[in-house]
Amino acid sequence: MSATNYLLLVCLVMTVATFITRLIPFVAFREKGDHPLLLYLGRYMPPAIMTLLVLYSLKSLDLTQAPYGVNELLALLLTTPLHLWRGNALLSIFSGTLFYMAAIQLGWFV
Amino acid sequence: MSTLAAAFRASVPVLFGYVPLGMAFGILFQDLGYAWYYAPLMGLTVYAGAAQFMAVGLLAAQASLVEVAISTFILNSRHMFFGVSLLGRYRARGLKKLYLIFGLTDETYSLITSTHPPDGHDEQNYYLALTALNQGYWVAGCALGALFGAGVEFDTRGMDFALTALFMVLMLEQWKKLREPYPFAIALLCGLAALWLFREQMLLVSIGLSIALLLLRTRTRQVAS
Repeated sequence: MSATNYLLLVCLVMTVATFITRLIPFVAFREKGDHPLLLYLGRYMPPAIMTLLVLYSLKSLDLTQAPYGVNELLALLLTTPLHLWRGNALLSIFSGTLFYMAAIQLGWFV
Repeated sequence: MSTLAAAFRASVPVLFGYVPLGMAFGILFQDLGYAWYYAPLMGLTVYAGAAQFMAVGLLAAQASLVEVAISTFILNSRHMFFGVSLLGRYRARGLKKLYLIFGLTDETYSLITSTHPPDGHDEQNYYLALTALNQGYWVAGCALGALFGAGVEFDTRGMDFALTALFMVLMLEQWKKLREPYPFAIALLCGLAALWLFREQMLLVSIGLSIALLLLRTRTRQVAS
């Protein structure tokens, strides 16, 4: 098999496998979207998943080594109160991100 | 403001997260020696960040297709849980619905469940615009990385923190809407436990565990009343 054919087959297999993981619930629970338990999960899963995604996005942090996650902590300590105060998502996100980029690129807390 | 403009405004943080991440993928992919355009092709078809990074390793190792299928399925199996909470939201039909399901990444799920279209705009079109814009950012990042590789002058280090900040802000938005500590508290506990015990499959384990605890709560409530 040529290298390009192999790549295209890998691409196809990955596309199908990924799509299936996303499709399964929509097929499995077709016509059951208004079941009380599913409505309940529709209400309570998003806050739980948002919390988990925050943790997941920080999973490669090593708190036992310098700079002990201080860049991430300070950037979130900027984003969170700013968002609770002004409620402007773009302002909160960009302030935190710019601070973080400056902190790691200029090595403020190395 | 048009529906597309509203979706663009909501998704700008994803733009700043996906472009540098897609570029990182493109740069790695380019080292495999394939033509540059296969990187954006993967972004267009596979469209899963972690899986595409894994693909670079699998391609380099000439992994068998069965191995590719199984490892992709396991890595992305957390997506199964996302759909469960979207059944009531995705009311589009046919190809539109299939595209919404196809494009369901962590970030798209977050924007769809935590932001709203402006009054009077169709929700389904807003969801479609969010999904397509996010995929556009990702494909553009893959292409830029594979085309220009390490030659990019602008230092993007730390830019993908936009996604962490986005998740944080959307979590706060969920809190403003719900004002009930339970789902946040159990997610925090399950998340920390999963990070400690199952770092590689952290999301799958912690989402599964959180759902189990959420369901357990309805049970105990029913018994109590």
